[in-house]
Formats: sequence, C-alpha cells, structure tokens
Amino acid sequence: MAEEFEPNILGILCNWCTYAGADLAGTSRMQYPPNVRVIRIMCTGRLDPAFVLKALSVGADGVLISGCHIGDCHYLAGNFKSRRRVALLRKLIEEYGYDRERLRMTFVSASEGALWAEVVQDMVNTIKKLGPNPLKQAGAAQLEGAVADDEF
Amino acid sequence: MDEEKRIGVFVCHCGTNIAGVINVKELVEYAKTLPHVAHAEDYTYMCSTPGQSMIKDRIKEFNLNGTVVAACSPRLHEPTFRKATEEGGVNSFLFTMSNIREQDTWVHMEEPEKAMEKAKDLVRMEVARASKLEPLTPKTVPVEKAALVIGAGIAGIQASLELADAGIKTYLVEKEPSIGGMMSRLDKTFPTLDCSQCILTPKMVDVERNPNIELMTYSEVEGISGYIGNFDVTIRKKSRYVYEDKCNGCGKCQEVCPVSRPNEFDLGLQPRKAAYVPFPQAVPLKFTIDMDSCIKCDLCKGEEACGELEAIDFDKPDELITVKVGTIIVATGFDMYDVERKEEWGYKVFDNVVTGIEFERLIGASGPTGGKVIRPSDGKTPKTVGFVLCAGSRDQDEEDGAKPYCSRVCCMYSLKHAHQLIEKIPGVVPYLFYMDIRSFGKAYEEFYYRIQREGGKFIRGRVARITEDPVTKNLFVTAEDTLLGAPLEMELDMVVLANAVVPAESTQKIKSLLTLSNSPDGFLLEAHPKLNPMSTTTDGVFLAGMCQGPRDIPDVVAHAAAAAAAASIPIHRGSVTLEPIYAIVDPEHCGGCATCIGLCPYGATELKTVDDKLVASVNEAKCKGCGTCGSACPSGAIKMQHFTNEQIMSEIEAFAQGW
Ligand SMILES: Cc1cc2nc3c(=O)[nH]c(=O)nc-3n(C[C@H](O)[C@H](O)[C@H](O)COP(=O)(O)OP(=O)(O)OC[C@H]3O[C@@H](n4cnc5c(N)ncnc54)[C@H](O)[C@@H]3O)c2cc1C
Ligand code: SF4
Ligand code: SF4
Ligand code: FES
Repeated sequence: MAEEFEPNILGILCNWCTYAGADLAGTSRMQYPPNVRVIRIMCTGRLDPAFVLKALSVGADGVLISGCHIGDCHYLAGNFKSRRRVALLRKLIEEYGYDRERLRMTFVSASEGALWAEVVQDMVNTIKKLGPNPLKQAGAAQLEGAVADDEF
Repeated sequence: MDEEKRIGVFVCHCGTNIAGVINVKELVEYAKTLPHVAHAEDYTYMCSTPGQSMIKDRIKEFNLNGTVVAACSPRLHEPTFRKATEEGGVNSFLFTMSNIREQDTWVHMEEPEKAMEKAKDLVRMEVARASKLEPLTPKTVPVEKAALVIGAGIAGIQASLELADAGIKTYLVEKEPSIGGMMSRLDKTFPTLDCSQCILTPKMVDVERNPNIELMTYSEVEGISGYIGNFDVTIRKKSRYVYEDKCNGCGKCQEVCPVSRPNEFDLGLQPRKAAYVPFPQAVPLKFTIDMDSCIKCDLCKGEEACGELEAIDFDKPDELITVKVGTIIVATGFDMYDVERKEEWGYKVFDNVVTGIEFERLIGASGPTGGKVIRPSDGKTPKTVGFVLCAGSRDQDEEDGAKPYCSRVCCMYSLKHAHQLIEKIPGVVPYLFYMDIRSFGKAYEEFYYRIQREGGKFIRGRVARITEDPVTKNLFVTAEDTLLGAPLEMELDMVVLANAVVPAESTQKIKSLLTLSNSPDGFLLEAHPKLNPMSTTTDGVFLAGMCQGPRDIPDVVAHAAAAAAAASIPIHRGSVTLEPIYAIVDPEHCGGCATCIGLCPYGATELKTVDDKLVASVNEAKCKGCGTCGSACPSGAIKMQHFTNEQIMSEIEAFAQGW
C-alpha cells in the first residue's frame, strides 16, 4: 500500500483574529496536524478569489480561509465580504470539478487557540477523505494553465 | 524592480524552542538553495542585541537588499527585525518573517520530521514574498493634543487625573449621573480598612475642578471614527431635564417629588425620587429627572422647589457633542454575576440571602440602615453569618453562566466583611465557606491572620445547598468540610454570597466601536498579557481597570496610571508614524465602475474626474489597509501595498513547490 496521503492545505488567515488564534495555539503548545501552510493577510476582506483558484490550480488539496467572527472584524466588515466570496467560490470550484469541501471558511478569534487546532484537524480529516487534488492525479503537465491567473 | 534581489535568511534557534524540534543547520542549508538567497545563517536568539547586529552586519557584508527572519510570530517581533533591517540600511518593508515557532515547532513537537518539512515550506514561501516586496515610506501624522476616557470608576478617574496633570485636555465620559463606579458603593476597603468614600470623594472633586478635564456624565459614546492621533468621537449627553449650569444641587425638587422607586445605586435597598442624585456625594452634584418614572406633576418646578432657578425643563433634548482626540482609554469596569441563576443558594427567594455588594450597602454608613447590620427579613441583628466565597467564580458550570476564573476580590472583601461584622456586633460569628483563601497582595495575608485571630471561622468546602425555615427565616446551609472530609449542616441567621465579577454588558458597544477583542474570559483583550496589559491591538486605544480583567483597587489604580502614561506618549511626541499599508488606484487601469466605492468600510474610496475620465482614488489618511477594495476590483487597478497580488501569488507558487 502507498504511504498515507498527507494533504497540502493552504491557509489564508487574517492578522487580527485567526492568525493571532493560531499563535495562541502555539504558545499553549496545542498539537495539531502539520498539513497547513499559512499566508497572513491583514483582513479576510483582502481575499482575492484569484488566490483560491491559483492555489487549487497549482495543486493545493484544500484552501482554508479563516478570520474574525462576524461582527468582530478589525476593519468592521471585511469578513462579511469574504464570506460571500467564499460562498460563491465554493459553487464556482464545483464547476471546475473540485469538491466544494476543498474550500472552507472558518471564524476563529484571537483567544480561540483550541478552536484553531480543531479547525485544522477537521479540515485535514475532510481532505484526507476527498483524496489529493484531482489535478495532481491528472498529471503535472496539466497543472499549469488549468486556470489562467489573469482571468480573475 | 530591476536591481538583482539579494536576500539574507536568518534562522533563530530560540534556545531550544525551535532548535530542539527541528534541525536549524539543515534549514539554513536549504535556504541557501532558494532563488535570490545571497546568504543564510542561524543564531541562538535572533532578537537579542548580537542577533540584531548580525542582521545589520550581514546586510553590509553581503550587500543584501532584503531580509527574512525565520523565528517566532511576526505579531511578536516584526517591529524588532524591521528596525534592525532599517538600521542595516535596507528599507524596513523589504523584511518579512517566517513563523516557525508558534505555527510550527510549538504545535508539531511530536512530529519533528514533519515540522522540519513545514519549516522549509514556510521559509521558501517567505523568501518568495521577500523577492517581491517593495520599499515603502511610513507617513507621519500630527496627534491631537487631547484624550478620551470612557467610564469614570476609580480606573477612569485615576487615568483622567494623570492625563490632566500631564497637561492633556481630557474628556471623561460616564454613563451614570455620577462618577465613582463600584468604589463609591463600598464602605471600607481591604486590607487597610480606609473608608472608601473618604479616599474616593477627594479624587472625584479633583476631577470636577481640574481645568484640563471636561466631565460628561449621564453621557454615552455613540460613534468613533479615525485612527491613532486623530479620532473623531460623537458623544450623546442624555438629557437630565435639568440645566446643569442652573442647578445648584439644593435638592428641593427631590423633597417635593411624590414619586418613589428603588435606588439603583443602593441595589434597590433604599428608595429614591424621580428627581434624584444617586448618592449624596455625587459628582457632579446635579439633579436628574428620571423621565421613565416622572408623572409630570410639575411640583418640582413650583414656587417652593425649583421655581425661581428655572433649572428644570421637561423638554430639554439630548445633546450630541463631537470631540477630536489623539488617544482613548477604555475604563468601563465590570458587572456582578447574576447569582440568582444558582438556584441552590436561594438568592432572591430567601430574604436573608444577600450578595457581597448588598452587604456593602447594608454595613455602609451611607446605606439604608445607616450602617447597622440587620436581617432583611425581620430587622434583627444577626448572630451567625455565613459567607459563600467563589459564588460563581472558579466554577466550570457553564449552564449557570458561572465563571472558571478567580474574581480576585471576593476572598479579600469577605474577610473584610467578617472583620466589620465582628467590630459592629459583639458575639457575632462569621463562617467563611471557601475553596482557598487567596490573599496575595501587600499586607493581605496578614489581614487573613488577623481575621482568624478575631474569631472568623473558616470552613474549607463549597456550599451545596441553602434552605430556609419558613417561620424563623433562618437558613440551613449544607456543605462539605473537605478538611474533615465530612458533610456538615448549619443553621445561620444570614448568608452573604460573594458573587463573581463578570465583564460589563456596557463594554460591548465600546468594544465594537473600537474593534477590540475579548479574551476567553470575556473581558477585553490586552496587547500582551504580561508585557503590555494596558494596550490593545487598536493603535491609540488603551485599557484601564476591571474592563480588562478582575483586580482590586490598588491594581486598578496602577493599571490606570500605566494606561494614562501610555496614552500620553503619542500626544507628547506630537506625531505618530502610520504603517504605509494602504491601497492605491492606478488611474490608467481603473474603469470607473465604482465597485470599490461602496465596499470600503471607512469611505476612503471616492470617484474623481482626472483628465475627463471618471476614476477611483483612495484617501490615504482614511484607508486602514484591509484590502477589501483591491480584491473586488474587476480591473485589477487597486494595489494593496505590502500585500500586493504579486506578493501573495508568489507565496502561493512557492507553496506549490513543496510537492
Ligand atoms: C462587593 C465588592 C467589594 C469590594 N471591596 C473592595 C475592597 O475593599 N478593596 C479593593 O481594593 N477592591 C474592592 N473591590 C473591587 C473594586 O470595586 C474594583 O476593583 C473597582 O471598583 C474597579 O474599578 P473600575 O473603575 O475598573 O470599574 P467600575 O467601578 O465598574 O467603574 C466603571 C465605570 O464605567 C462606567 N461605564 C461602564 N460602561 C460605560 C460606557 N459604555 N460608557 C460610559 N461609562 C461607562 C460605569 O458606569 C462605571 O462608573 C470590591 C468589589 C466588590 C464587588
Ligand atoms: S473597482 Fe477598480 S475599476 Fe472599479 S472604480 Fe474601483 S478602482 Fe476603478
Ligand atoms: S484597503 Fe480599500 S477598502 Fe480597505 S480601508 Fe483601504 S480603501 Fe478602504
Ligand atoms: S480583520 Fe479579521 S476578518 Fe477582517
């Protein structure tokens, strides 16, 4: 049997809530699966749909967006906007043949280190069930150019 | 950028925090293989002076024009390494940080190999980002020479006096008709037993007299916009239906007013009129008409009352005031846990079960009984009194809304109450039901011994149930004495519940206006629990007193003074540097579709006509850098500085090189 599939998940976190929450998980030495690589943005409002499509097109097995709880955004309403974008994107990626569960948005505050650990665990479990990004299975040749950057 | 990128990567061991989990040497060697990396090196503590010097030296030695430090969280040390980079002669925005501690070695300690893999990915992503970073120049803006303090308990009072003494114009906003907060309700204060009013009233009067303090009572903050140095604040001065400048505090309106209702200040233990001051030492000593209970009989306006002064006007509207301040201190205090939710103790069911703060009023000289402690049921003097400590504190019962934390004041005030009882009632026996006595402050443990000597009886155990004899109204207390390991039942005349302190309801609105966060306990979150307990993550906004967490008066005063010092620094400096993280519109590419206009939460985006073409532009001063507009622009015309599409895309590409 091949070795167990270890998903590569891209995390895009807002600086004020989830990034801080993830730091707290660290200071509290909570242990969670090492499958997420994080990009820090100031607010989830910065989430350009192109980031998600790009990540999937280069082979990410999942994309996890996480920010402040609704009502708690450091810039008042960035997370409202990203929540809508993610909802649409989940439909869109389905059109591209990705399971919508490969994209997820969660809300984790600066004090919820334990929740961050849970969110990661849960995402990893989900992606493990879904298997690798279908593009990876299709072969590297098709990876590039499957989604052109400039279109979004 | 045309200049060839030459990036230096610096890997921190953080003692064994990082180096104990992953092989830092291997990480350095890996970094050297990455594109644009001109130098890579490791060091035990990058944040130490030698670590910082290393960055400066290597920049010169290897002619670097970008730096990456792989260490702790950028939320901790980004400023440190930005400074070192700048001092090395490279623009500080050409530096970026790879978080291999909080988000790697600390959370994957048990899987060191995978942590190593992740560290490589994180470093590679950050190097990619560094290769796309652009130099930026922070902007400097002037700071308004005024401060706002919200809440006038002892915390807000202390902070305002400190600010005013430092020569800063201070607006102090209090929602109640008088300043003073919880401390004005206390009789004596532990452990010195100073009379609370005697030490508080002079400070309250100082606030009123200080020419630098503009006091706004019966007022609430309605809106806050702007940023550090330049906050615009809207304050609603609720109508007292009395002109403050005309009212001389004579109280004749109160004498003639026929309405009687429970006084909130005394927790309803005493009545007040519809025309009232909450307590005689109120500051300002200006009467308020409570329109909810006023029957408009007009007696207070009559000849014998306010007649000639004409201070009363039932049509007086609320006033909206706007002020401009440079910094803000939040000092909105706390509420008491609703101990009625603990049905087993029978609060509000049995007359002789009271709370700690009700006991303060019962024993206080200015309280309803003039300081004579009596049983609420029959007015008799109690001879045995039980004190239930940790009533709703250090309790995991979420269903009852109880709190897992220690309230930090109840042990000490219950000891104080026991002492006061012994002093007032010969032969009385106070029984203190406790889990642990936490008497950690200066002279506190000594106070504990004193109460033991004076005859306080200490029973280690939680009270499981209180029942009442319906005839005598005496109380039966069931508890377990955990030291004897035996259950116990006791008949007592009266019981005082030392209920937990909880986050104030009224803090919530301020929290959202200033985009602050809560810590898990529900109190306001500080910038750093140890090193910066008086600041928040919103620049220019500080915390004083109980709104940040339970503490007693000495700690509140110290915290408030610290907040005042911190809040005065930008004001005295006269200017602040703002992060140049704002959006810019490229007019060439903007199609004038106006998508971005409605999106900005701060109204920073606007449409302008440039060369006959309608294009969007961003007002730098208003933009806070969230990036929402940029990610929605269909023409890709908006660039979010320091978080550009190019920079983020390069990170995503680098991420993909991991497989
Ligand atoms: C029963 C009891 C006994 C105690 N005994 C002692 C003792 O003996 N010694 C001791 O050291 N400590 C004692 N303490 C603790 C002490 O009361 C507190 O440490 C102190 O009062 C906290 O001060 P503060 O200013 O932070 O909060 P508060 O006293 O709660 O003041 C907050 C103020 O802000 C106002 N406010 C709230 N929200 C807003 C808003 N949105 N806008 C405008 N204004 C607002 C409130 O009306 C209030 O006036 C006791 C506490 C209790 C409950
Ligand atoms: S969204 Fe983009 S194109 Fe439309 S007005 Fe704003 S900047 Fe111009
Ligand atoms: S980045 Fe755009 S949306 Fe965000 S504050 Fe600045 S102008 Fe407004
Ligand atoms: S700052 Fe966290 S979602 Fe906006």
